[in-house]
Amino acid sequence: MAETEIRQFNINFGPQHPAAHGVLRLVLELDGEVVERVDPHIGLLHRGTEKLIENKTYLQAIGYFDRLDYVAPMNQEHAFCLAAERLLGLEVPRRAQLIRVLYSEIGRILSHLLNVTTQAMDVGALTPPLWGFEEREKLMTFYERASGSRMHAKYFRFGGVHQDLPPELIEDIAAWCDPFLKTVDDIDSLLTENRIFKQRNVDIGVVSLDDCFDWGFSGVMVRGSGAAWDLRKSQPYECYSEFDFDIPIGKNGDCFDRYLIRMQEMRESVKIMRQACEKLLTADGAGPYNANDQKVVPPKRAEMKRSMEALIHHFKLYTEGMHVPAGEVYAAVEAPKGEFGVYLVADGSNRPYRCKIRAPGFPHLAAMNFLNKGHMLADVSAILGSIDIVFGEIDR
Amino acid sequence: MDESVNELGEYIAAKMATACRGSEVAFGELTVRVGRDNIVQALKFLRDDARCRFEILIDLCGVDYPGRKQRFDVVYHLLSPRNNQRIRVKLETDERKPVPSAVEVFSAAEWYEREAYDMYGILFSGHPDMRRLLTDYGFQGFPLRKDFPLTGYVEVRYDDEEKRVVYEPVKLTQEFRSFDFESPWEGVEYVLPGDEKASGEPPKAS
Repeated sequence: MAETEIRQFNINFGPQHPAAHGVLRLVLELDGEVVERVDPHIGLLHRGTEKLIENKTYLQAIGYFDRLDYVAPMNQEHAFCLAAERLLGLEVPRRAQLIRVLYSEIGRILSHLLNVTTQAMDVGALTPPLWGFEEREKLMTFYERASGSRMHAKYFRFGGVHQDLPPELIEDIAAWCDPFLKTVDDIDSLLTENRIFKQRNVDIGVVSLDDCFDWGFSGVMVRGSGAAWDLRKSQPYECYSEFDFDIPIGKNGDCFDRYLIRMQEMRESVKIMRQACEKLLTADGAGPYNANDQKVVPPKRAEMKRSMEALIHHFKLYTEGMHVPAGEVYAAVEAPKGEFGVYLVADGSNRPYRCKIRAPGFPHLAAMNFLNKGHMLADVSAILGSIDIVFGEIDR
Repeated sequence: MDESVNELGEYIAAKMATACRGSEVAFGELTVRVGRDNIVQALKFLRDDARCRFEILIDLCGVDYPGRKQRFDVVYHLLSPRNNQRIRVKLETDERKPVPSAVEVFSAAEWYEREAYDMYGILFSGHPDMRRLLTDYGFQGFPLRKDFPLTGYVEVRYDDEEKRVVYEPVKLTQEFRSFDFESPWEGVEYVLPGDEKASGEPPKAS
């Protein structure tokens, strides 16, 4: 009975699939249950963000960055603000830097919470998302109290932030920190030693460091493979250099290491948040929350009632917008998912000439075929979960 | 920081004499211009040379300057985690002449080049799998070119009679308005009504 059976399958994974993390269509070529080729079809969420930004003023463009990686909106705005500020030669005051650091870390926790818990859901656990989303809801309330919006904040502006934080809010954020560590421990106790979770993640999707570099990975993906590379430490922006935090790194470069790193990074982020809150509440962090440059920063409302100049500036800044001197810069931040960069080309007018968004998830997803080859069908969703993709930023 | 960038620029310019068409430092960032046909050689050098070690291709993108003869810039951003340095490599090309693909040097280039082709129509030779990436199946045109309209050419809707999604030419219920808020005192390119008189004979004092 030497009857060989051909067991080639082609499977469409998505575009509507709960484990696809958005609208991803994966065309899988299988030999039995073994994956031979993965062909991701992306672009189902392509909205032409870069084209739209070229047709908007700089201030209007910030709003589009919230809609890229919509689970950590402010981290994206940050990169764009840094790029424009470097072209403008604008100094951000200390309080604004602290606020930016604080909210970037909130964004990091928002993203990691979503990723860790939905990764658990992808491999079969339902409780972690319920626990994690409760905390996300609290964090989004902090977003709302600062900016008026839970997600699409548009809070970071050129030269600082849009509005000051009231002391009560800072106190509430500081009070949130410690109980949250308990929640992380709870999720930890559910997952880390869980037999099913380990069976699904340990030694799955292993990447060596050389491969990470070759494929252009960044963030948790390189740290999982053993490189202590974090832009907050190696190329510090804002005032990250004065904060005390550690960079967790992995040894094996598999899905489980990446999960552990994300858990640890949440704890480190809480450490940074606590320090930032402390500084903001003391005299050290007091002062203006916006740069003193009337040609960039719109005047305060109270000022407009008295000053003709302020009224003119307000009108000009919200219609014509500011002019950014010609030049090109690349500014990058350590977003939760990796290096989020903005390549900004300005031609001296009030609109960006070109704004290329370098999304961290893009090269990660590009390596899907490389990561999945030879794995089982069920591992596809585990790997997809652990490379942490969000389609807002990949499709742009 | 700035000095080390300058030094590196000089070093690269000296080492890559054939490929390098100039380097500059602006805003603390090093930009190296190379010829189109030398790009693979240049990237290999930047990746393997002991002083460079630019091992990560962070980004690759196109930029469109329709007024130029060589219309497109292709911009490569490289990162060296070992030396904690960044570099930008630029080359010029047009719609016809293909750029040698960087896939053999950096695997990450595969999707970036597909994207640059999709958005600008920049051709890459030697790419293993050149298909459109982000746009719709069967999409025509290159949306990020400056001469591509913001509204696009087609729109889609679900047709209840045909029971499928249909493509139609874009119909705008109101004319597309391109708001121009630039101050007429600085930087506008059109002639303001009345300004044409300025170039004529100055009015005689009576």
